[in-house]
Amino acid sequence: MAYDKFEVLTSTAYPLPIENVDTDQIIPARFLKATERKGFGDNFFRDWRYDSEGNPIADFPLNDAKYAGSKILVGGKNFGSGSSREHAAWSVYDFGLRCVISSFFADIFRNNCLNIGVLPVQVSAEFAQKLFDAIEADPKTEIKVDLPNQTVTLLATGESESFQINGYKKGNMLNGFDDIDYLQNMKEEISDFAETRPF
Amino acid sequence: MSKTLFDKVWDSHVVRKIEDGPDVFFIDRHFIHEVTSPVAFVGLKSRGIGVMYPEKTFATADHNTPTWNQHLPVADPLSANQLEALANNAAEYGISHWGLGHRNNGIVHIVGPENGITLPGSTIVCGDSHTSTHGAFGAIAFGIGTSEVEMVLSAQCIMQPKPKKMRINVNGKLGFGVTPKDVALYIISQQTTSGATGYFVEYAGEVFEDMSMEGRMTVCNLSIEMGARGGMIAPDEKTFDYIKGRKHTPKGADWDKAMEYWQTLYTEDDAEFDAEFTYDAADIEPMITYGTNPGMGIGVTQSIPNAEDVEGGVETYRKSLGYMQFNEGDAMIGKEVDYVFLGSCTNGRIEDFRAFCSIIEGHQKADNITAWLVPGSHKVVDQIKEEGLDKILEEAGFVLREPGCSACLAMNDDKVPAGKLAVSTSNRNFEGRQGPGSRTLLASPLVAAATAIAGVVTDPRTILEVSSVQ
Repeated sequence: MAYDKFEVLTSTAYPLPIENVDTDQIIPARFLKATERKGFGDNFFRDWRYDSEGNPIADFPLNDAKYAGSKILVGGKNFGSGSSREHAAWSVYDFGLRCVISSFFADIFRNNCLNIGVLPVQVSAEFAQKLFDAIEADPKTEIKVDLPNQTVTLLATGESESFQINGYKKGNMLNGFDDIDYLQNMKEEISDFAETRPF
Repeated sequence: MSKTLFDKVWDSHVVRKIEDGPDVFFIDRHFIHEVTSPVAFVGLKSRGIGVMYPEKTFATADHNTPTWNQHLPVADPLSANQLEALANNAAEYGISHWGLGHRNNGIVHIVGPENGITLPGSTIVCGDSHTSTHGAFGAIAFGIGTSEVEMVLSAQCIMQPKPKKMRINVNGKLGFGVTPKDVALYIISQQTTSGATGYFVEYAGEVFEDMSMEGRMTVCNLSIEMGARGGMIAPDEKTFDYIKGRKHTPKGADWDKAMEYWQTLYTEDDAEFDAEFTYDAADIEPMITYGTNPGMGIGVTQSIPNAEDVEGGVETYRKSLGYMQFNEGDAMIGKEVDYVFLGSCTNGRIEDFRAFCSIIEGHQKADNITAWLVPGSHKVVDQIKEEGLDKILEEAGFVLREPGCSACLAMNDDKVPAGKLAVSTSNRNFEGRQGPGSRTLLASPLVAAATAIAGVVTDPRTILEVSSVQ
């Protein structure tokens, strides 16, 4: 599924300074029953955003008006652990986010994000703390994520850190391409390879 | 350079290396189920592309299937819709499909090995993180997202950077009442829930050499719970004995040829790992978790650690204990439990039911316990009956349900109610994992059984000792 190109994103951010946020929290299993990719944003962090009666929990950051409209989420260490459900990444995207920043990501979640156009940005624990502190001091503080230059900057202070992404995935994000496009162009090479497999 | 087991299997599946990018990685076997595959088929249709090798993909329904009255139509319209989508997609593209009621139906990671689809030296993926189970056979097996399911369907490859390599050795002999599940929970408690992120793990040492194939599957299954992409164990005679003669296993001359290859699948003496850990079997006792990730585990006789004594943030730790309604310093033994769940891709095989029965035989289920006993497949059900375990369960007041993922992720009706405490043989104790507001203690089938008859968290060794004296 194609997605919008990602180049430079400047936005306020939702803070979620909790460690080991698993994909069952990002999108609980009971909301995985769709056969089409739509509506997942509504159930993004469902059980942390709503109480058991379905009322919004006002002080949970994703419901908090002072962060509304942010396109970035800053999460705690080991963000996205657990299940391989791509629905978690879809719910991030469908909620309106294009970038998650954390000091550490779980592998499959990171991969799923990259495959659907959400940029996972891994920063040092110190820089992540700076972001949390800055957001706490001023919820309207803006963060600039620059993919071509691979930097993330806290605009108020100019403090910046670079991040890693492999050249191939970076190219995909910048152009809105995905891996299926790539693989479709090498089918012959794949079928030759398949001939060599014993089983 | 000398190669590890992982290197040998990985390197032989690389179709193309992309500079400053991932490997184009060939997949031998692909499993799909009703929850993570429908959107991939929608993707194929919208691009107008087909399935490249339908014979390499196998579909089974498991995640949201009911475990009671499976002969009736599925009541939940959303689940029924997903099951129908799986069946229709499989039929349209010529993929074999073991739907609800099919003799081979069951949890994907249980029916794969049962039917000989899982083979040493192969690469196996599925849109499910516990695909790591199949590593028990010396395969590279791991969970993928739905975009990758679409890649495998359309091109039999995914794009993956090669993970780093870790070896975990457990030496010595396991103590009385200590099971493969305890070994895995112990390792995860040492590694934490993220300690092996970025790595693919090889398990080695006497404990794994002595372990049955079913036990090895339990250990490899849980690799993801410490963040590892997967875990694997070098194939040996036990592996070959297990797979020989199964439905999809190579036969005749093909078997002999395969065996020649499989016998090369081991880590060479001077091969290097990026990280290595060694543990002593004597340090492992029956385990139980107390928090909201699988790394928060302790020996069942121990008390919940103080926040200051654990790695990670104090705030996150206290949030977790708050959810569990536990306090630092609480003993786990004696905690009153409401539900016991035996099943899942972690502990839904015949050995798990044998272990459970070894404890409950001659006892009665405690009145305060609701027990859900869910075999991993119809073959497991058949074996339970052949061995007479169903009679033992019945006499002790337990009811056997029908196969599926069930209360492990509570996508069907098997939901633990809010606030209730479950001892579960499954793989995740995340908030709400077994139903909104549910609280989960992960443990082995022995701990689950002891708890089911006592009504409170119980060390199975106390019951096994009494039984063996009688």
